[in-house]
Amino acid sequence: MAEPRMIEISPVTRVEGHGKVTIHLDRDNQVDEARLHIVEFRGFERFIRGRLLWEVPVIVQRLCGICPVSHHLAAAKAMDVIWGVDELPPTAEKMRRLMHYGQVMQSHVLHFFHLAAPDLLFGFGAPAEKRNIFEVIKENPELGRRAVMMRKFGQEIIEATAGKKIHGTGAIPGGINRNLPIDTRDAFIKTIEDMVSWSQDALALARGYSLEHAELVDNFASFPSNFMSLVRAGDGALDLYHGNLRALDSQGDVIFDQLDYRDYHENIVEDVRSWSYMKFPYIRDIGPETGWYRVGPLARMNTASFIDTPLADTALKDFKSVTNGAPNNAALNNHWARMIEVLHCVEKIRDLLHDPDLQGTDLQARGHRREEGIGVIEAPRGNLIHHYQVDDKDQVTYCNLIVSTTHNNDAMNKAVKDVAVKHLSGHEQITEGMLNHVEVAIRAYDPCLSCATHALGQMPLQVELFDADGALIDSRAQAA
Amino acid sequence: MLLIGYGNSGRCDDGLGPAFAERIEAMGLPGLEIDIDYQLTVDHALAIADAERVVFADALVGSAEPFEFGRIHPGGAGSLASHSLTPATVLELARTLYGKEPQAFVLGIAGAEFGEVKEGLSKDAMRNLDLATAFFLEWLSGGEGTADRSRTDSETVS
Repeated sequence: MAEPRMIEISPVTRVEGHGKVTIHLDRDNQVDEARLHIVEFRGFERFIRGRLLWEVPVIVQRLCGICPVSHHLAAAKAMDVIWGVDELPPTAEKMRRLMHYGQVMQSHVLHFFHLAAPDLLFGFGAPAEKRNIFEVIKENPELGRRAVMMRKFGQEIIEATAGKKIHGTGAIPGGINRNLPIDTRDAFIKTIEDMVSWSQDALALARGYSLEHAELVDNFASFPSNFMSLVRAGDGALDLYHGNLRALDSQGDVIFDQLDYRDYHENIVEDVRSWSYMKFPYIRDIGPETGWYRVGPLARMNTASFIDTPLADTALKDFKSVTNGAPNNAALNNHWARMIEVLHCVEKIRDLLHDPDLQGTDLQARGHRREEGIGVIEAPRGNLIHHYQVDDKDQVTYCNLIVSTTHNNDAMNKAVKDVAVKHLSGHEQITEGMLNHVEVAIRAYDPCLSCATHALGQMPLQVELFDADGALIDSRAQAA
Repeated sequence: MLLIGYGNSGRCDDGLGPAFAERIEAMGLPGLEIDIDYQLTVDHALAIADAERVVFADALVGSAEPFEFGRIHPGGAGSLASHSLTPATVLELARTLYGKEPQAFVLGIAGAEFGEVKEGLSKDAMRNLDLATAFFLEWLSGGEGTADRSRTDSETVS
């Protein structure tokens, strides 16, 4: 009989930052426990304290090399409140929305085509040398070129609205510092129809995968949960930039709806567990055992009443028809949801490009200054909360961030456990393909654990085996 | 020629790549296009496909040398495993997608402090940045001795 052992995957590939998975097997090679551990940047809130309020939307972009725009906009929204502004001038809000749609679009495209597609096209257990984008390109080079062009389009939207590709300065407390010049607008208009068409093709690809592999999708890291996101005030439409909070349970029943996000801390508790640096948020009224929830594309498809762009709304109705309107629990359907959101973003960008407000000159509002501000947006990976307090010298005295990956912490851990039990239990030999199943479950949430420290020489994948006493008995490494 | 400096300047010496690129950009050298980013991603394949020569500047971990410089070639098909890519993988993408293979180099500048959320370079990194800048300018002008710094792929990228 084999000795109990622990398998450690560190760090998780195709996931940003530093995370590791430990899988404890008992003496019969049954999975006893499986956990995703996170080394989160604990110093960031401290880093922000003492900063001047007007520089916060710029400085927070250093938090993440993957979605800096999300932090830029969430911080700007919080600073709007401190600036005393409850409603931005139309040009400011629309420029920010344009920036956000560009960001969500390019982030989703990158994830789907370059990180998820190899798993989906070749299978989770395919040889590691087969599971990469180059193999995808060999079979469909046009797909690869389109993905690069879509990513580039989104990046250029960000540059045009934020001012720079990185460390943008576009969103400022109370508004925006630029509008969209006509010639820039016209350059985007020339290619926007291609983006719409390619987004529809991408959606068809993701939808086709989910429907053709329904049995796998429905049984892979699929479990009931609560879901939470912003929805548009009043009608509950999908709104990635602004709105109120809606949380539904696994049956689709309302936990809370149209909740003012400034009351998030009265409704969401951030639990701490000894084995992970990342907190475990849950809905206060339900409690830590069952009050955890999921955020992100899948959650947004479940919470949104409808989508206010026609092509994406048709796609949402189709998506919901699969479960007869009940919440969709399958983590792998995040990919399908992502592509619906790409189409939505591209439709929104097209509408905005034809809106003359983008050439307006009323860029910033000012009101009665406050000492506290909370900004919330729906980032590519899900709900993102920024909360600040400032003193009379405009310096930040308090900062609390809840990022999407933190919201999904419990769900990702349950996904890891689910897949480990189904695919690793009972096997005496743990293959790379089996371990990849675990990583696929994590990647479905596209987590961004602690971004962008990536200097040359880092990011190998290490697998280590420990005995029951915690001693290392085997290890191997592969190219990350 | 295209110079891509990448890294996160909010993570101490991880900002060496952007710091180097900003310094060179400020010199306004003719024929040199500068790109600064957090990390290499797939769209850089399109940018480098249009260039005859590319230099990737990044922070270097665990090197006894102040900087390392060497030719690199397309490769690493199996290493596309993160949102961020290696220079060799970006080159491979450019070759695969666009049939272009620019002459490419990596300039790795040794850092000492990584990971902490903090702006500014360490004293060691600043010194290494100065040395790397002097080398790069000499290399650009085709100066004597620059080949001595050139390493092979495997020596440069650990």
